[in-house]
Amino acid sequence: MDSSTTASARSPRLANVPVWLLALVPLALIAAALAAFVVLGAPGLDERRGPPIEELAVEQTVLRPGVIELTVRNAGPDPVEVAQVFVNDAYVDFENDTDPVGRLGTQKLTLNYPWNEGQPYLITMLTSTGATIEHEIELAVETPEAGAGFFALMAALGTYVGVVPVLLGMLFLPLLRQVREHWLRMFLAFTIGLLAFLALDGSLEGLELVEGGSGALGGPTLVFVGAAGGYLALVAVESYLKARREKASVAGASELQLALLVAVGIGLHNLGEGLAIGSAYAVGSLALGTFLVVGFALHNTTEGLAIVAPISRRSPSLPTLAGLGLIAGAPAILGAFLGASAYNPEVAGLLLGVGVGAIVQVVQQLVPSIRDRAGRALYPASVGGILAGVAVLYATGLLIPN
Amino acid sequence: MPAVAGGLAATHGVVSHRHPWDASAAAAAERTDRGAAGTHPASGGHGGGINGPSFRKGRSVDHRANGFNPTDILRDFDWGKTRRLASGRVLREWEIVAFDKEIEVAPGVKFPAWTFGGRVPGPTLRCREGEALRVRFVNASGHPHTMHFHGFHRPAMDGIPEEGAGVIAPGKHTTYEFDADPFGLHLYHCHVGPLAEHIARGLYGAFIVDPKKGRPEADEMVMVMNGFNTNFDAEGNQVYAVNTVAFHHVNEPIEVSRSELVRIYLVNTLEFDPINSFHIHGHFFDYYPTGTSLGPTELTDTVIQGQGQRGVCELRFRFPGQVMFHAHKSEFAELGWMGFFGVR
Repeated sequence: MDSSTTASARSPRLANVPVWLLALVPLALIAAALAAFVVLGAPGLDERRGPPIEELAVEQTVLRPGVIELTVRNAGPDPVEVAQVFVNDAYVDFENDTDPVGRLGTQKLTLNYPWNEGQPYLITMLTSTGATIEHEIELAVETPEAGAGFFALMAALGTYVGVVPVLLGMLFLPLLRQVREHWLRMFLAFTIGLLAFLALDGSLEGLELVEGGSGALGGPTLVFVGAAGGYLALVAVESYLKARREKASVAGASELQLALLVAVGIGLHNLGEGLAIGSAYAVGSLALGTFLVVGFALHNTTEGLAIVAPISRRSPSLPTLAGLGLIAGAPAILGAFLGASAYNPEVAGLLLGVGVGAIVQVVQQLVPSIRDRAGRALYPASVGGILAGVAVLYATGLLIPN
Repeated sequence: MPAVAGGLAATHGVVSHRHPWDASAAAAAERTDRGAAGTHPASGGHGGGINGPSFRKGRSVDHRANGFNPTDILRDFDWGKTRRLASGRVLREWEIVAFDKEIEVAPGVKFPAWTFGGRVPGPTLRCREGEALRVRFVNASGHPHTMHFHGFHRPAMDGIPEEGAGVIAPGKHTTYEFDADPFGLHLYHCHVGPLAEHIARGLYGAFIVDPKKGRPEADEMVMVMNGFNTNFDAEGNQVYAVNTVAFHHVNEPIEVSRSELVRIYLVNTLEFDPINSFHIHGHFFDYYPTGTSLGPTELTDTVIQGQGQRGVCELRFRFPGQVMFHAHKSEFAELGWMGFFGVR
């Protein structure tokens, strides 16, 4: 065929055809082929052998006086009809909003049951085929209502564990200003250690959270997808800012930009942390109290240090510093609120993953700033700094009651 | 509500229930929705659940699709066909066909049952002491089965594998012959392995041998206490009942007349759980274990039976109204094994 031998970018035969049509034609043909396959009932292929596969995952449990409300997601391939429900071996009346629940669909089941605070409950959903799907409530606690008091409590919680510690950590800025160059590099190495620990911690926590989800939306994959997305998004933002800076030839803005990136990465991490705290509070498994706040404060104070380390040779204004602190700390408030009100483990896992990706990108950005005069990134002092950062976060993490 | 139950509701006309525990004046006032579980009003006001266990409101079992209604099973005695032998003895004959059938054991919950005669429990076979009995068994099920009777008989007629006709393969048949002896309340069931599965799938029924001189005239009924392990995990059951359909007599109380003698043939065929029990509220009954004696052993309101145990309960209801009965094992009761007598 002569068209195949044509070396030019566009085949002369198709030169007059609009490009959008070249995109549309294959898409239309693909859609038509798939539609025909569906309409003809998958010719040549048998239905699956064996009984229907029924899977439901409980994504949210809400307890109100005399009522247990479950939001379930169909994580299996076949529609599921919840025919009856029993709680601790007694059938209960219930209502649901859709029936049956299709693949990936959700359904809210409202059970009439006189539950008692502090007791465990085993809820068994009996499907139309007689299969049983169980859900355990470890300790029944009334779900907080999303009123003004609840908002205030979540705001206070997010402020205590996110905003205040980060701002306190930034108080190390005057110290950093005074230290010599090689000491500063060590502080930056310390920051890298902190962030590396946060990345690991966020990954593990994200994977643990998605365990509690239905898996229908992707499960553990979401954490990695989030990490890749977070990383690439920050790379894009960074390259955009760099290009703009070069155009405007603003000198010395890169340190501030680095601090901003660190704040964003930490902010995303704190959003995930807030989600975990909020959801734990909602199900009553969070020991609110002095230890939680003290533990998180010490833990997150080091995050403040990480933000100011890159800008210690500059003199940022107080509003700039406050802004950086809020970017890093305030997402904990939003996270706490979301976690306690509309919690989905897989969404939480995705957000923690985004935080991990962002942090990895920030670490990559920080590495040049710890290079010594010989250009090495890893030398005894920097390695010591990194390990110290890891050790401090590990140790302060132990103070947080689980 | 399917027409079967609706018809019963119309003819019997008993008071309605929202819940098993709801036999209050308020519930009694709602006579219009009797028998129609599908039209029960939502329980308003209270926190929910304190009025006792309940299936999801607005749903009921399709007895027509099942091919049987537990209310009918109560008083359905299969006397078979008789003829007199040359010796003067009565020969009583039945034909029982086993086949597989999906039945609804709780509203919306289907169970792939194996049945004798298309129902669970199988037909209540009834005869008189001393008669010659002949049971032609046809296996139209997709699985091998037998009929194993409790009662005096030779090993060849025992209905177990490798004795007599042994296992009856799908499409095959055999005839079991034995005498009606001793009088009492017995049972029959399949005896093919795995035994627990063949029984749990529904292959059992009551077998009554009346004493020669009969028992006093009474309103008689059969209650086979059973259950369904719907998820087949062989660890207990998800649904418990008398005569298969859970909470059935909550929606359709058993009609009885005050002061009339009521005789309940109570059989426990429950698989997977070690014991079952039976309790009547506000009344006591004479208990005749296995029904093999004409004198009661006890006046009680609660009896316990292991699997295969059975006994005759006799009582006269003193007070009109709703009289609850249930397993005095709360778990079974709350998983479906409870009901009401409607005493007039």
